[in-house]
Amino acid sequence: MLSLLIFFPLLAALVTAFSGEHAKKVAFAAAIVEFAYSLCLFFRFDPVGGIQFTENFAWITNLGISYHIGMDGIALLLIMLTTFLVPLIILSSFNHKYKSPSLFYSLILTMQFALVGVFSAYDGFLFYIFWELALIPIYLICLMYGGKDRLRITLKFFIYTLTGSLLMLVALIYLWLQTPGTHSFDLQALYALNLSAVEQSWIFWGLFLAFAIKMPVFPFHTWQPDTYVDAPAPGTMLLSGIMLKMGVFGVMRWLLPIVPQGVAEWGNLAMILSVIGVVYASMIAWVQKDFKRLIAYSSIAHVGLISAGVFSLTFQGLHGSVIQMISHGINVVGLFFIADMIEQRTGTRDMDHLGGLRTTAPGFATYFMIIMLASVALPLTNGFVGEFLLINGIYQYSQILAAFAGLTIILGAVYMLNAYMKISLGEAKSVAKHFAALTLTEKAVLVPIVIMIFLIGIYPKPLLEIAGPAVEALKLSIQTATSLK
Amino acid sequence: MNTLLVLAGIGVFGLFSEIFRFKKALLPVVFLGLAAALVTTVCDWNTNVSYFNNMMKVDNFSLAFSAVMICITMLWFIISPGFFTDETSKSDHFTLILFALTGGVLMSSFNNMVMLFLGIEILSISMYILAGSNKKSLASNEAAFKYFLMGSFATGFLLFGIALIYGATGSFDIDVIATRLSEGNLNSSVMLFAGILLTMIAMAFKVSAAPFHFWAPDVYQGAPTVITAFMSTVVKTAAVAAFFRLFIHTFTSMTEVWHTALMIISAATILVGNITAVYQTNVKRMLAYSSIAHAGYMLMAIVSMNSAAPSALLFYVIAYSVSSIASFTILLMVSNSTGNDSIESFYGLGKKNPFLAIMTLISMLSLAGIPPTAGFFAKYYIFIAAMENHMMPLVLIAVLGSLIGVYYYFRVIIAMFRDGNEKEIDFSGRYKLVMIIAGILALALGVAPGIVTGLL
Repeated sequence: MLSLLIFFPLLAALVTAFSGEHAKKVAFAAAIVEFAYSLCLFFRFDPVGGIQFTENFAWITNLGISYHIGMDGIALLLIMLTTFLVPLIILSSFNHKYKSPSLFYSLILTMQFALVGVFSAYDGFLFYIFWELALIPIYLICLMYGGKDRLRITLKFFIYTLTGSLLMLVALIYLWLQTPGTHSFDLQALYALNLSAVEQSWIFWGLFLAFAIKMPVFPFHTWQPDTYVDAPAPGTMLLSGIMLKMGVFGVMRWLLPIVPQGVAEWGNLAMILSVIGVVYASMIAWVQKDFKRLIAYSSIAHVGLISAGVFSLTFQGLHGSVIQMISHGINVVGLFFIADMIEQRTGTRDMDHLGGLRTTAPGFATYFMIIMLASVALPLTNGFVGEFLLINGIYQYSQILAAFAGLTIILGAVYMLNAYMKISLGEAKSVAKHFAALTLTEKAVLVPIVIMIFLIGIYPKPLLEIAGPAVEALKLSIQTATSLK
Repeated sequence: MNTLLVLAGIGVFGLFSEIFRFKKALLPVVFLGLAAALVTTVCDWNTNVSYFNNMMKVDNFSLAFSAVMICITMLWFIISPGFFTDETSKSDHFTLILFALTGGVLMSSFNNMVMLFLGIEILSISMYILAGSNKKSLASNEAAFKYFLMGSFATGFLLFGIALIYGATGSFDIDVIATRLSEGNLNSSVMLFAGILLTMIAMAFKVSAAPFHFWAPDVYQGAPTVITAFMSTVVKTAAVAAFFRLFIHTFTSMTEVWHTALMIISAATILVGNITAVYQTNVKRMLAYSSIAHAGYMLMAIVSMNSAAPSALLFYVIAYSVSSIASFTILLMVSNSTGNDSIESFYGLGKKNPFLAIMTLISMLSLAGIPPTAGFFAKYYIFIAAMENHMMPLVLIAVLGSLIGVYYYFRVIIAMFRDGNEKEIDFSGRYKLVMIIAGILALALGVAPGIVTGLL
């Protein structure tokens, strides 16, 4: 029952909202149950079985809107990522004291509800609703628990993303009007549409802008660094770890097969923008002093590479982007958690004021190093698998673009190692002198992350096998859509 | 039809209560009366009868809009007792509201230009007085005077228009006018065009569409808050229903005369309303501009001119009225406790009064059109209706307007989470009741909009 997986977090959110001081324990327990349940689905999932756990019944009949959910390999992995990360995110916030914790954790669980919904929707309208629903809890989290300048920044974030959403809504309504008979929002009906080239171009931009803002792809990224920096740590983790995957996922399921000609016409531009984003964001990350901001920019660079891989439309590119979404989600949550711990213990994120953590807190520095190396895609870590496939895919598309995209390996190593050096090596600065040892809950967050880094890095086969057939099916549906039109 | 009699009856009863001194019993009687009116409305469903030599036609469209107005008036009566503290004029106010509602019912079920005129006048004259009902306040007096002057002008335009259309077609009956227009052999086309345009201007004034909206902010701000709540919900519903009935039913064959103009009016209203609202620091005035902007979206349903339009309009009116009455209730409580309507009054609300904050959140999200609230589906249906008629530019303008809307609606939400103003807000159970009803409706219609859309 996939519905249960979607609605359980919502139920848990309601319970959490009324659980007062016990909120964080209730929320954590609920997230663990959700993860366990998703594991059950994971083991029952048949990689070559196509779309599974389908449920389909009418919701608003006279508009052809149905509650149609299901999941293929890509969605399964993203749902697993969500259910894996949410308990860690909740756990990572245990050393913070948030005012009215019941509300805070209830919002996180509501967010999880919307995210799982986005990844399972097979009806355009349902997808849109979940897409919007995901925005409200994260907006409130940032608004109520964010930093000093949160009022201005969150509004910018909201309006930016809502612009994209509304354009997507218009595009979806347009598509709906083109479906035959009494109209339908069903994904298959949208795939089967016969649109002219001009229409496809317009629809492409309507949908692409929504996804590009969410990811974010250069030049639609300006909301992102401020929001990431200003949001409370769990909010940043939700945004970067899971929410930006909504954009990539949207491109895969709701853009490429629906308007293949539009993609053929504008995909090249999207590729170039993505690659520009990779180089541009890496350069900016290089000169950052604020560690959290550095991670924010590195996230733009990584997602640029993922997006370029998707638009290359090659099997390796698409395959790599799925794997990299998972790896990036895990790594970036780890990095933001590291940044959060540093800020909590030393009171600063400015790397010039930090230093020598390796001598004062060797255990911490080791975790930091592993996650950092995974983020720069060292072989045997999870980052390497995806990045290798991605660059391979981009190379098949264009060697020049691949050359630029490949810079990410060098630049990523430069800024990440630079940051590591400033924070951990050298002489211990005053703020780093008394770096408290890791607590049990902190270890409980870091250890699963490190295990996943090595597990995926050394033995990525199960992941590749789950994603493979789904990517194959996606490519096939793009091809049939192209030949139809 | 019975609805009309019941409403007028309790109105008259209210007048007598002043003489016979049973003012205390008035509120329960009014409630029972409204409930009875609602029942008769529901009973008439699907009957489709016309009355008084075809002067009035009770069809599902009119019944649906009447029912909405009656329900909103009931909600309104729950929050308004504070307004009737002035004992001497208590029953007058009751009566005027009921007469205004009667006018509104007439406006949604007229089948004759004369009836339209009567409906508008019954409604407007009551509202002129009510806008000035806070006799000691300068702003309230100014509002009434301004409303009256501008409203008289608009009525004049309407009367001119009706006369000219009569001259061109020889009838007041909108069925007859519609057949004459579709046949095409008319006495004078210039007269007819002028007539249609004049009625359009008059109606645009009544729904406060740009560029005939200038009265609205001042009147809305000056009038007592409960009256503003009534104006922006029931009165707006009535005006929009009349507008729709007149133009879709009567002037469909003359689209070349009014369609483009109305489209421009709609776009302008959306833009002017939303953009001006951004600059307001007074929440009441902001809501006034927001109500102008919403009128623009409602006009989109009229220019869509297709089978989806009536139910889109009905849904929009319900969603808008429900969230609007909730926001005015909140504003009423906040301004009662802080003494003014400015945005600063909302500071700190999130901390000291979570219930109120959640209700504000829901109603603002609904007004801004964010799922999962009713306001989202309202905009959604309007967009669908407009896109079926290939009006992409208008839809894009509306989308732009919604984005601007988010900015100022969210300013209220943001204000709630700013620091300051720790004073507790005491609110009585009846405010709570209205807010809970409105909040549940706003969410229920956002999750299951099918319960309304199938009606028309």
